[in-house]
Amino acid sequence: MSSKIRILVPIKRVIDAALKPRINKAHNGVESKGVKFSINPFDDIAVEEAVKIRKNNKDLVESIHAVSIGPSKAKDVLRTALAKGVDTSSLVDVGDTELEPLAVSKILKKIQEEQGSNLIIMGKQAIDDDAGQAGQMLAGLLGWSQATNASKVTINDDFTAEVEKEIDGGIETVRAPLPLIITTDLRLNTPKFVTLPKMMKAKKKPLKVVNPADLGLDLENRLETVSLEEPAARKAGIKVKSVDELISKMKELKAI
Amino acid sequence: MSFKLLARSASRLPRLALAISRNSLPLASTYSQHSQYRHHSTKTVRLTAENYPDVKRDPRFAHLTDTDLAFFRSVVGDKQVITDSNDLAAYNEDWMRKYRGQSKVVLKPKSTSEISTLLKYCNEHLLAVVPQGGNTSLVGGSVPVFDEVVISVANLNRVRSFDETSGILKADSGVILENAESFLAEHGAVFPLDLGAKGSCFIGGNIATNAGGLRLLRYGSLHGSVLGLEAVLPDGTIYDSMHSLRKDNTGYDLKQLFIGSEGTLGIITGISILCPARPRSVNVAFLGLESYDKVRETFRRARADLCEILSAFEFMDRKSQVFASRFTGLPHPLAGEDNTDVPDYPFYVLIEVSGSNKEHDDAKLESFLESVMEDETVADGTVSQDETQLKTLWRWRESISEASTMFGGVFKYDVSLPLPKMYSLVDSVAERLKEKGLLSFEDSSKPVADAIGYGHIGDGNLHLNVCVREYAKEVEEALEPFVYEQVQANRGSISAEHGVGFQKKHYIQYSKSPVEIQMIKDLKKHYDPKGIMNPYKYI
Ligand SMILES: Cc1cc2nc3c(=O)[nH]c(=O)nc-3n(C[C@H](O)[C@H](O)[C@H](O)COP(=O)(O)OP(=O)(O)OC[C@H]3O[C@@H](n4cnc5c(N)ncnc54)[C@H](O)[C@@H]3O)c2cc1C
Repeated sequence: MSSKIRILVPIKRVIDAALKPRINKAHNGVESKGVKFSINPFDDIAVEEAVKIRKNNKDLVESIHAVSIGPSKAKDVLRTALAKGVDTSSLVDVGDTELEPLAVSKILKKIQEEQGSNLIIMGKQAIDDDAGQAGQMLAGLLGWSQATNASKVTINDDFTAEVEKEIDGGIETVRAPLPLIITTDLRLNTPKFVTLPKMMKAKKKPLKVVNPADLGLDLENRLETVSLEEPAARKAGIKVKSVDELISKMKELKAI
Repeated sequence: MSFKLLARSASRLPRLALAISRNSLPLASTYSQHSQYRHHSTKTVRLTAENYPDVKRDPRFAHLTDTDLAFFRSVVGDKQVITDSNDLAAYNEDWMRKYRGQSKVVLKPKSTSEISTLLKYCNEHLLAVVPQGGNTSLVGGSVPVFDEVVISVANLNRVRSFDETSGILKADSGVILENAESFLAEHGAVFPLDLGAKGSCFIGGNIATNAGGLRLLRYGSLHGSVLGLEAVLPDGTIYDSMHSLRKDNTGYDLKQLFIGSEGTLGIITGISILCPARPRSVNVAFLGLESYDKVRETFRRARADLCEILSAFEFMDRKSQVFASRFTGLPHPLAGEDNTDVPDYPFYVLIEVSGSNKEHDDAKLESFLESVMEDETVADGTVSQDETQLKTLWRWRESISEASTMFGGVFKYDVSLPLPKMYSLVDSVAERLKEKGLLSFEDSSKPVADAIGYGHIGDGNLHLNVCVREYAKEVEEALEPFVYEQVQANRGSISAEHGVGFQKKHYIQYSKSPVEIQMIKDLKKHYDPKGIMNPYKYI
């Protein structure tokens, strides 16, 4: 392995987390017209963490590369990542195609090979499809260690990482040598605002567009979405007048 | 068509966001924070009657009797007549905890005709009345001074209709502004007014105070967007102009009388208002600047370069940011790499752009920001990257009002001044308070914590907030009429948008001529000859 850390951060452009998504007319996906898109919040945290790791380990980190797989508009989220301190970036322009996690992982493997990355920091899930699989599949394809749902990351001088994860009633700490995949949870850090001077400088940083056809991969989707429905609205509760009535209602519903 | 609106619509949790909120992203609303602070304060608010002994109860007004109560109950029902002293407290005390009245009864009618019956009765029996909306008045207008009857419109809370083609919303006056806003959002429209109190204030209250708020720059004043009103006059007459005509030049434009009337002419019960199409793309930039002159220069440039997409231009001094930072506990958006503090820039600006084409709007905003950064008009800044950041940036402006009361209370001055001189009022007031030994941020034995300034640059409107630890007479005497004299000397207005209420009743002559004051008095006398509507205030 190389004597320096080369970080790769995959980021996805998704429907803004603060908006209420609507099912499209065809009932096979979410309406994307006239909707605001932003960086997947977990990926934002991944970018922040990569930059933080470099800051805390000045001599260890050689480069940070961000990659997005998406439409050409995903350049926006890459620019933001560059402004935050990422050095170089690439966009795998798949247009409006929604790739499945396996296809995404295959592409990321290619990018890892090209970049010679030995640390991949990525979101634990994208909030649009909530699949939560790409990190794990990529670890499988690469045969690397994985530390998922990180709430704290420490990189040691001997190229090992200690990663904490919140579990029921406590914290689980795992240690692994690089190369390694870390997926981020919300409490890992709070992304900062990007200042304008940094945004302006980011315009000059490299952003390479990659044609997925040139990667020589089978990216065919294997799943078919049959139909997408809103969850049924919950029935409103009722008010009871007395304890007796409460008990009899609960009995009626076989709750007691 | 009629829609019952929930008391507060806050928790429409988007499904996609669930993954996040489960893990508790900082989504806590401003309002929960604010109530937390307000309940902290254990100090009871002194009675207005004690604080201002010169103001005497008008002996012409009758005292409430059991017969009156029985009549009220027969009109609105037992439950809508509040007489329990614990329940009355919230209606007697104002938002700033500065004024406290002694009303013994609050009425909560459910229809215009009930209000008509009630007012007619009060007028005949000489019972003084205070119309109340969300009780967020900042001039003591919404609470009684003595034992006036409070009539709350809280139960008139239905959207009556919305016409998607024309954008005309008809609604009861007791609809909470934020609920009106969420309703309109569902229909691709926007309420032409937005302000920090939106979770509590009513659209009727907004019209009664002619509220200005954060979007006036873009959508103009309520005098333009309100198309018609329904209101009950003191004698019970129902005035109804709830039509949807944008053009109607037949006779005096009577609805205008009620816009900004602050409950002195009658009770507004219904509103017909023109709502613009909801902008599809909104973005916010937050900037740090080296001087007030640069704030003005940035505004000039924003108007020229951003042109039709500019929808808000708000400025804040550093002190106001320090208050907001303490209140919200958030890291400042322009904080340095290694800390969370408010940076040293003396001024901050929030610019909102909204339009219909994101690429076009973003490009425009970007080139504007580049040009003001390049020639150093602006020292630093940031742009929101997503909806959550956009809301966070707005919080640094919107939370100031609530943060200003953090130490105990606030003297609010809301003035219009010519832009070049606008900010110097804050400096001269701070200086004066220091000279008198009344102000110190650190020394908690001083009554004043700080004098902060912020506001709607776009409208020439400054909010001067003197944040106090207690409402001391000597502070009030140091401020009034000093502030009003300064404003008059610069030919400004002593009340740009908050109104006159109780606080400024005796200072109206600083902004209005004797002729104007007489005309106002004549109108009041004509429509409310017995003077029962919101007495001791306004004029
Ligand atoms: C945090 C905060 C931020 C604010 N920001 C702004 C701002 O940016 N711009 C601005 O202009 N104002 C602002 N205000 C003050 C503003 O005047 C009120 O928030 C709002 O317009 C009042 O609405 P309300 O329903 O609370 O009315 P209330 O406070 O209940 O009443 C205000 C006055 O109107 C009368 N009134 C109320 N309802 C009726 C009715 N139906 N018929 C007749 N008279 C009625 C009352 O008698 C009283 O005189 C702010 C207040 C707060 C607390």
